[in-house]
Amino acid sequence: MFGLSRPRSLFAASAFGLTLALGALSPAQAQEELRELLNSSYDIARELFAAVNPKFIDWWQAQHDETVSVKQSHGGSSTQARSIMQGMRADVVTFNQVTDVNVLADAGLVAKDWQDRYPNHASPYYSTIAFLVRKGNPKHIENWDDLAGDDVSLVFPNPKTSGNGRYTYLAAWGYADKTFDGDESKIEDFMKTFLGNVEVFDTGGRGATTTFVERDIGDVLITFESEVNNIRNEYGKDDYEVVVPPVSILAEFPVAVVDEYAERNGNEDLAKGYLDYLYTEEAQRLLAGFNYRVNDEKVAEEFRDQFPQTELLRVEDVFGSWPEAMKTHFASGGELDQLQRR
Amino acid sequence: MIAQALTRRRERRVLPGFGLSLGISLTFVSLVLLLPLTSLVGQLSQLSWSQYWFLITDPRLLASYTVTLLAAAVAALSNAVFGLLMAWVLVRYEFPGKRLVDALMDLPFALPTAVAGITLATLYSSNGWIGRLLEPLGISVSYTWVGIALAMAFTSIPFVVRTVQPVLEDLPAEVDEAAMTLGASDGLAFRRVILPYLWPALVTGTGLAFVRSLGEFGAVIFIAGGKPYETEITSLMIFVKLQEYDYAGASAVASIVLATSLALLLAINLWQGRFIKRLHGGRG
Amino acid sequence: MIRIGDAPRVRRLLIGVALALTVLFLLLPLVAIFAQALMSGIDVYWQNLSNAYTLSAIGLTLLVAVITVPVNLVFGVFLAWLVTRFEFPGRRLLQTLIDIPFAVSPVVAGLVYLLLYGRNGWLGGWLDAHDIQIMFAWPGIVLVTLFVTCPFVARELIPLMQAQGSREEEAAVTLGASGWTIFRRVTLPNIRHALLYGVILTNARAVGEFGAVSVVAGAIRGETNTLPLQVEQLYQDYNTVGAFTSASLLALLALLTLAAKAALEWRAARRETAT
Repeated sequence: MFGLSRPRSLFAASAFGLTLALGALSPAQAQEELRELLNSSYDIARELFAAVNPKFIDWWQAQHDETVSVKQSHGGSSTQARSIMQGMRADVVTFNQVTDVNVLADAGLVAKDWQDRYPNHASPYYSTIAFLVRKGNPKHIENWDDLAGDDVSLVFPNPKTSGNGRYTYLAAWGYADKTFDGDESKIEDFMKTFLGNVEVFDTGGRGATTTFVERDIGDVLITFESEVNNIRNEYGKDDYEVVVPPVSILAEFPVAVVDEYAERNGNEDLAKGYLDYLYTEEAQRLLAGFNYRVNDEKVAEEFRDQFPQTELLRVEDVFGSWPEAMKTHFASGGELDQLQRR
Repeated sequence: MIAQALTRRRERRVLPGFGLSLGISLTFVSLVLLLPLTSLVGQLSQLSWSQYWFLITDPRLLASYTVTLLAAAVAALSNAVFGLLMAWVLVRYEFPGKRLVDALMDLPFALPTAVAGITLATLYSSNGWIGRLLEPLGISVSYTWVGIALAMAFTSIPFVVRTVQPVLEDLPAEVDEAAMTLGASDGLAFRRVILPYLWPALVTGTGLAFVRSLGEFGAVIFIAGGKPYETEITSLMIFVKLQEYDYAGASAVASIVLATSLALLLAINLWQGRFIKRLHGGRG
Repeated sequence: MIRIGDAPRVRRLLIGVALALTVLFLLLPLVAIFAQALMSGIDVYWQNLSNAYTLSAIGLTLLVAVITVPVNLVFGVFLAWLVTRFEFPGRRLLQTLIDIPFAVSPVVAGLVYLLLYGRNGWLGGWLDAHDIQIMFAWPGIVLVTLFVTCPFVARELIPLMQAQGSREEEAAVTLGASGWTIFRRVTLPNIRHALLYGVILTNARAVGEFGAVSVVAGAIRGETNTLPLQVEQLYQDYNTVGAFTSASLLALLALLTLAAKAALEWRAARRETAT
């Protein structure tokens, strides 16, 4: 039940003289203990892992003849990383930001070479940033420069608090960098207009979706291609149209075992198995079904029509590296703060 | 004097439980209140004064102070008017459904702020029940500072009503009579005679509503647009700093909010104390 | 007798405006919660309600209330007894300290606990080494809830006990009664209503706290989600109906709170007129 699966929390509470209240609860322990894996993930992956986990449990059962359970925690990628650093005992992380795993690696919770431990930089699937526009595309949005027009209002989450907000910012910058051939002042002018067109900055991806769909605010919602398609399926294909721009950014979804905690939870094999499973054909097909792009050749071929050809810029190519991009653009007083300054 | 002090000391020992209640209270206050707050001090002590100053005077943060203070002021003032009206109507008049209206006044304290937040955001969005009516008039509430003020006002409704109500109840009927027989109009009599009586309670209630609004997060976050320099509140800035793993920065901003609120609370308490003294004619 | 504002026109106008504003700002939001929750019919409502995650959120929320309310009740009574029955240096300070949770933004409340008990916190290192988990588990949620709700009982009791004075209790002492007997027989009957009111407020806040809990809970579905967190998460999941279903439970609880409080006040008023 309520976190009693980890009996040490009992001690913690008794230290505060709450033993009495707890006595009544301990019988919950009596049932047979299943091994539990905790997957800490980003905000908009709830439906995805709700679908993946039961399949994984079957897969693990078939392979190891053991019934396990998987628990999910979802939040902004950075919030999740911070929680793990402060002691949330997640066994694996499935994030949407390389930097957030790097933060854990710097803290010694994840192996330094985590990107080499699984194929494709430890990213079992990827996506890009796309646009969702209202029916008939009344503002004729085709590419990034349309978003910096005069009469367009945009909705995307705050780049400071959200992974897809950050990718959106980087994608726009990448586009401008390419178009203006690296002319800093032109790029900055473009970015200023682009950011000035934002109507609402929600803290997370889902908040932005609610704003755009339920509150009817903004002409364009900018978020992951996968999310854009899921929203369209969720809210009606007739009301919205998806626009994938010809140039956008490669958004990798990195995964890693949180070695420190997996070891302490006695879940090392389970955690590794979980990430291995994400690369299996079955899981890749499931992922593609949720509109994520995958690397498995067979599955990628099956879903080819679903994903338009797009030039995907790599963060490393445009900005040097993730840490550099973070420092130059998103740190306090960085480029983003400068662009938003009045 | 000395004799008085001595008897008082003896009096103190009359009742049992001093040691026990002191022990329990101090333990609880230290463990639950003070110990966690020291961690805030600990974070702050890692900053030099100039770093601290730089952090708390960031232009975007300054803008968030303005937004928060203004919205809280508007919320508190609207509550002053609304609360005064409600207290008056509930004390002075009889009408069907009065008990229900009276009970409803406490709703904002009983309703979780997150629930209040999503409900207000739904009601006042351009396709919500109320927002739909306001949109043709060119008024938008959600994602503007009006929405922030609205959410703050909602969560602090009970403060003014519940501080003014008892004072108004205790007001002797002769006061009214005296004013009316002098031939003053309703408005004038209210302003000249009733309002001075209610003034302390009204200011206290409004002040408490203001303090509460400054720190409100749950209800506001759903309806604030989060646009830099326009609809960012200070609590959100703390939240953003946490996302950046910037504990020192978050603590610095938190310390500003905390200091402001505590200073205001203290001022309200002192002011109230002085008023009570005046009421008791120097007996206090 | 003539009273200010008694003219029918004034009276009708004021009552009308007051009712209109109450309906607009208080009743309508309340109705909206239930309307949204029942938007897709009662079957969907039940389905949402019996969802495993929602059930576990209800359980956790109850657990938090079951622990925090008694603890704060005991603390509040002792503190009120201390500051109203004894003179000692630092009494004023103690009374001001208890106001801190009112002045602290809930996010900050969560933050200070995270800084203390988190893995990098002062106590966190020791706790981690001993494999004791407080943050991101229910003890952390209980602790921050204790923090935000600790003033309510004491704040209700102190003004009342101050006004009543200690003469009755002193008389009981001279008759040779023990401390516990005095409290039970003399003090408790006098403060019963205020105490109950304090408990109701504590409970309402304990059940509904969002900001502070969201910082320390870690949002593990089915494990550390309280009802208000569940509301937020469902809301973010495009599941508006589900979110308002959980919200309607909390609103129902709020209504019960209001009813309990109204009943208490009504009884108190009746007793007053009777004596």
